[in-house]
Amino acid sequence: MKKIYLYARFQRFWHWTQFLIISVLLLTGLEVHGLYTLMGYENAFRIHNISGWGLLGLIFIAFFWYITTGDFRQYLTEGNLVEKIWMQVRYYMIGIFKHEPHPFKKNEISRLNPLQRITYLMLTLVGLPSQIIFGFIYFYFNELVALGMNPAWMEPIALIHTLLAYLLIAFVIMHVYMTTTGHTLTSNIKAMITGWEEVDE
Amino acid sequence: MKKLLLTGTLLSGLLFPLSEPLSAEPFHHKVDSLLISTTDHKKFKILQQDFKSGPEVTKACLTCHTEASKQLHRTRHWTWDVPMKKGDRLGKKNVVNNFCISVEGNEPRCTSCHIGYDWKDKNFNFKSEENVDCLACHDMTGTYKKLPAGAGHPAYQTTVFEKKTFPKVDLSFVAQRVGHPDRHNCGICHFEGGGADAVKHGDLDNSLLKPDRELDVHMAIGKKELNMTCADCHKTEGHQVPGSRYTPEAHDTHGFDYPLADNNPATCSSCHGLKPHKKLKKLNDHVARVACQTCHIPFIAKERPTKMWWDWSKAGKFDKNGKEITIKDSSGCILYVSKKGEFRWAKNVAPEYSWFNGEMNYTTFKTIIDDRKVVSVNHPDGAANDPLSRIWPFKVHRGMQPYDPVLKRFVKPIVYGPKGSGAYWSDFNWDKSISKGMENAGLEYSGKYAFVKTEMYWPISHMVSPKEKSLSCRECHSRSGRLQNLSGFYLMGRDTNPFVEYFGLLAISGSLIGVIIHSIIRYFTVKKLKKAGGK
Repeated sequence: MKKIYLYARFQRFWHWTQFLIISVLLLTGLEVHGLYTLMGYENAFRIHNISGWGLLGLIFIAFFWYITTGDFRQYLTEGNLVEKIWMQVRYYMIGIFKHEPHPFKKNEISRLNPLQRITYLMLTLVGLPSQIIFGFIYFYFNELVALGMNPAWMEPIALIHTLLAYLLIAFVIMHVYMTTTGHTLTSNIKAMITGWEEVDE
Repeated sequence: MKKLLLTGTLLSGLLFPLSEPLSAEPFHHKVDSLLISTTDHKKFKILQQDFKSGPEVTKACLTCHTEASKQLHRTRHWTWDVPMKKGDRLGKKNVVNNFCISVEGNEPRCTSCHIGYDWKDKNFNFKSEENVDCLACHDMTGTYKKLPAGAGHPAYQTTVFEKKTFPKVDLSFVAQRVGHPDRHNCGICHFEGGGADAVKHGDLDNSLLKPDRELDVHMAIGKKELNMTCADCHKTEGHQVPGSRYTPEAHDTHGFDYPLADNNPATCSSCHGLKPHKKLKKLNDHVARVACQTCHIPFIAKERPTKMWWDWSKAGKFDKNGKEITIKDSSGCILYVSKKGEFRWAKNVAPEYSWFNGEMNYTTFKTIIDDRKVVSVNHPDGAANDPLSRIWPFKVHRGMQPYDPVLKRFVKPIVYGPKGSGAYWSDFNWDKSISKGMENAGLEYSGKYAFVKTEMYWPISHMVSPKEKSLSCRECHSRSGRLQNLSGFYLMGRDTNPFVEYFGLLAISGSLIGVIIHSIIRYFTVKKLKKAGGK
């Protein structure tokens, strides 16, 4: 048993701020979509738009941080990625029940397993940016139509934005559950708060 | 004395800079009575005579205002005839409606709202200058009233009509007290369209004579209220009143009329511009597709019930003694009269909504109608994919009216006339009343009649509520809101795609169930392992 410093202060700030903004976006977005009434359409609409700008800003800062610190390398993988991902998936489907050790050890140089690397990379490079882009197309719909965009795109844009939101909820559910698969049930979450994680030696 | 419209308008134009939202400052500023006009009509000798008739007054007016009648001859108020692009002739003289159906044949009654004298039948001389009625619009005393069935003449002798007394009008008194039209001048016809107060339009009735700001934020009377009159928006030059229902402007793309005016000063945007929302700028995204009226007139007939249904097919029933029947509800609204049939009324009612690009499709007396469904007497043209269309509010007046089931066309019954003339209200015989009406109009009639369901669309522009009372987002952006029947476009908060919803539900519930199953297996296997380890 040892403690290692996994998450820099900025990473923790980024993670929890993103968590907060995405929660607000989901909460207000689904209200605007008409699933429930919580704060009222007007408020939900306004807060959703402001939060959208917030998320966009945060992502830019995060990109800047990852590029300048070189920490983006954490998301890169070498060798046979499919095989590595399969090892990790196999662990979650079989190994974990047999109390097998994690197939990839965490350390300061490599804190993400291959499945995490590909998932987070996709989320940060594809999932969230597309959601933000579709959101902003929706927000600036009138302006874009004035520039020549087909007004009939309203519906597909709205539907993709909604679908991506639902998929994001599914991701959050699995993501939160996965945090319980560390050394102890809460060691991962503690690490994301303090930066320090207990890992097997 | 009454308001000084022109100066008031000019002053307010200077007082409200363009970039600022319009404030609730009074629209008309009080000025010295001398500043109101250069003319005191009381001082004219020619107006001090004892006038015997309306045309005599007009002759006197024309001695100074020499071209006035020629100007009026060019207005729809005079001709009741509006040539349309497609070759149809509209205007009050020509159109079908589903209230009293048609003017032609019923002139002496209907033309009580004509700005002329003596339009008794189809031989009326539209070139007559002395038959233009100046006083109807310029009377400032409120004592000038046309007789209900006097072909546009006022009461020259005290007259009783349908139990109502119309006192003799003092023409000399009125002629000496003329001014710019005020709301009661317009209202006497436009508030009482359809024969009585509030019947026809839904957004125009006598409550607008003295409204509070909840009823109409522009016309509200009282301290710090705008106190605007009809002519402040329907800004008239040369007697040509802008803002006609026959040539409506559904989408003003010009905006502010100052410094450069367009041809319709009556649109909202003429004063409010194309980006009227200053605080919540995102609301301006609606302007291209939603008429201002849609959100800012949440209810019509706010104070007085308006007619929503008129069923002519029920007319002609009598009581046991053969007397005409009148049934009223507790508020005094007529539900049935033998002459006219069955009525339904509604007060403070939400309008209906439709895409509208400013073109109205009219069914005329020559149109072949499809009697298997509800016939639209007029129908707003427009669609979601037409960039000129906007969502507009309408009062839809429905009813049943006679038509020719063989020729499949509307018919023109004569309803008003003396006994024996064939007029329905005197003789109660549809066949006779229709034959006479069609003969008078020179139209073909098969000799068979039946009743068909109709609907008529009245665009709504008045009774604008204060902004706090305008529609909230959810009124439309919800599953079953005011726009639930409007199709052809995606509306946030209203529309969902079943695939997206089910796929989303599947993804979320799938991951939840997966997580739950996984954690249960984990719990039990770990327990088992611990036991085994313990041993």
